[in-house]
Amino acid sequence: MKIHIKNGRVIDPMNARDEIADIYIAAGRIVGNGHAPADFHANRTIDASGLIVCPGLVDLSVRLREPGFEYKATLESEMLAAAAGGITSLACPPDTDPPLDEPGLVEMLKFRARNLPGPRVYPIGALTQKLEGQMLTEMAELTEAGCRAFTQADAPLTDTLVLLRAMEYAATFGFSLWLRPQDVSLARGGVAHDGAVATRLGLPGIPALAETVALATILQLARETGARIHLARLSTREGIAMVRAAKTQGLAVTCDVACTHVHLSENDLVGFDAHMHLMPPLRSLRDRDAIREALRDGSIDALCSDHTPVDEDEKQLPFGESSPGASGVELLLPLTLKWAREMGVPLMRAIDLISWKPAQILGVPGGHLSVGGCADLCVFDENAEWVVSPRTLASQGDNTPFLNHPMQGRVRYTLIDGHIDFEASH
Amino acid sequence: MNLQLAEDGRLRHLLTLDGLPRAIITQILDTAESFMDVGEREVKKVPLLRGKSIFNLFFEPSTRTRTTFEIAAKRLSADVVNLNIATSSQTKGEAILDTVDNLAAMHADMFIVRHAQSGAAHFIARHVAPHISVVNAGDGRHAHPTQGLLDMFTIRRYKGEFHNLTVAIVGDVLHSRVARSQIHALTTLGVPEVRVIGPKTLLPAGVEQMGVRAFHDMEAGLAGCDVVIMLRLQNERMKGARLPSAQEYFKFFGLTPEKLALAKPDAIVMHPGPMNRGVEIASEVADGPQSVILPQVTYGIAVRMAVMAMLAGGATA
Repeated sequence: MKIHIKNGRVIDPMNARDEIADIYIAAGRIVGNGHAPADFHANRTIDASGLIVCPGLVDLSVRLREPGFEYKATLESEMLAAAAGGITSLACPPDTDPPLDEPGLVEMLKFRARNLPGPRVYPIGALTQKLEGQMLTEMAELTEAGCRAFTQADAPLTDTLVLLRAMEYAATFGFSLWLRPQDVSLARGGVAHDGAVATRLGLPGIPALAETVALATILQLARETGARIHLARLSTREGIAMVRAAKTQGLAVTCDVACTHVHLSENDLVGFDAHMHLMPPLRSLRDRDAIREALRDGSIDALCSDHTPVDEDEKQLPFGESSPGASGVELLLPLTLKWAREMGVPLMRAIDLISWKPAQILGVPGGHLSVGGCADLCVFDENAEWVVSPRTLASQGDNTPFLNHPMQGRVRYTLIDGHIDFEASH
Repeated sequence: MNLQLAEDGRLRHLLTLDGLPRAIITQILDTAESFMDVGEREVKKVPLLRGKSIFNLFFEPSTRTRTTFEIAAKRLSADVVNLNIATSSQTKGEAILDTVDNLAAMHADMFIVRHAQSGAAHFIARHVAPHISVVNAGDGRHAHPTQGLLDMFTIRRYKGEFHNLTVAIVGDVLHSRVARSQIHALTTLGVPEVRVIGPKTLLPAGVEQMGVRAFHDMEAGLAGCDVVIMLRLQNERMKGARLPSAQEYFKFFGLTPEKLALAKPDAIVMHPGPMNRGVEIASEVADGPQSVILPQVTYGIAVRMAVMAMLAGGATA
């Protein structure tokens, strides 16, 4: 299949390009950028006039809910939803049932995903067996099976000695550890940011300290072991400052935040809407503003959806009993654009945070539009207005805090490996 | 918090005192005054809620609060059904909304809800049909609005006005829905100084943002107070990481005649009950001349009658 995308505004952060140009695709590769190769005859021409053509999005956290939680969502539904969100590569955390702690399970997931349309699926392996925080998994075997990194996801790792050993072992092979900093004891029983709003609502709190105390431990161990660390879902101003300082001192760490936390805060909990029950919790406006600023200055490397489809029954409960998490693959792009508009950040920078930067963290192809690179692209209309609703979302999880909110920016085409995996109906 | 007000500004549910307009609080207190004599009559009933079905929906065990709601409903001639869900279908795994739907199908007019989770009453109120009212009888640490109202009723009876008072709330504010409702009511009614007193382990983060002054020294906190409200310390919190022992707690935060002497001479002492004598309050104080703890209970019935009558659309006795 040969595809010609014409007249689009091509934004390619890695190559620092932002110009109207044509892109030519053949055999899963980008074969021309600006100029058609000789003898190029397109099977399909996409008129991208007025649209933006950028690298396909790379999402660092998408729960596909397989195996084990198919009632919440299926691989089919979530892969489709991700493609509809412009995502061409995604990292899938191991908190499935059973967890992704054995090569066989990883191979099965990769096999199932490969046979479905939708993004490239990169499993993140369990750091410990059954995610119990006790015994290490066979990281080398899991890497051979296709795991890109290792994580506990949201499962606790209470034993600091296990964490130290995990880092030493991972550093032996150069494997990457993705850790969400949260001290288990300090967060125990909490469901909301420990601050004025949780106090007013009588919700048990998770203090900002839960993040910074865990972060101090992780950073110290990382310095000592030289392990490659990616810090997932930062949520506090103080935590961001610690990571910024560690980077300044030369520590090779990267970090991300969830796109929900760029826009929402503890104030959105008033009314006890269980859709605002997220993990880490929505924090203060001060924290949210620090996130917005750190995305601009580059202290935060990437934005992800932290897509967590939850069965409606698990949200139809009082706030503290509801399951945390939000569906988000289809909102990653519009929420990133919203941040960029509100902050006056160029589109190039915004797209960088959801394509090239996360592609580097994940260590996978894609994330750029160089000739010879894989043809993973997203074509979107930055001005298209739409309203979030179960009808407009493809994901099986309708659990989003943005239900009924207007969005600006919508994907028109998603190309993966040179195929059109998603095409908007309008 | 408009969930609890109808479009015309009338009370539709009573879920929290946070954001409830002063006019409505005053109206509830005035209506309660008009019900005060019903309990003194030979026939302790008025027909305001005749034919209405009120369900006491208690997901958390309670005898005292449930009983006062039951008495209040019966004095208004309503039919009352008590459901202790803590020991019935919830333990069989029935979802809250299924329970609520089933009871609504039995033509309930009002739910009196108690639940261990903050926000549970909001959750149910958002779900029920328009003709059903929800009264929050305590949700987690969040709110206990009828308790807060009966406390205001008590203060008004003994002190007359709110605008010149200093009120101290002492003890486990962190876990207390009563304290939160009291704070909202007191600040809404214009009390110029509301204080909370307790060890740092029992005062919640950012409590000052609710409009109170925090004290960790009880002597300093009680100085010059007109009203001293003691909170109950739950048994399970008397020993652990928040407090070393009930004895040490009593020594520093229990209300004794000596500490009470630091407040104004005519200060009143309140407690939502049930009391732990010798833990948060000494018997000499609980049974002393400044205690209004038993009148609080009596007023509680009138206040709950007022709330139910206003929700059902009635006005006065």
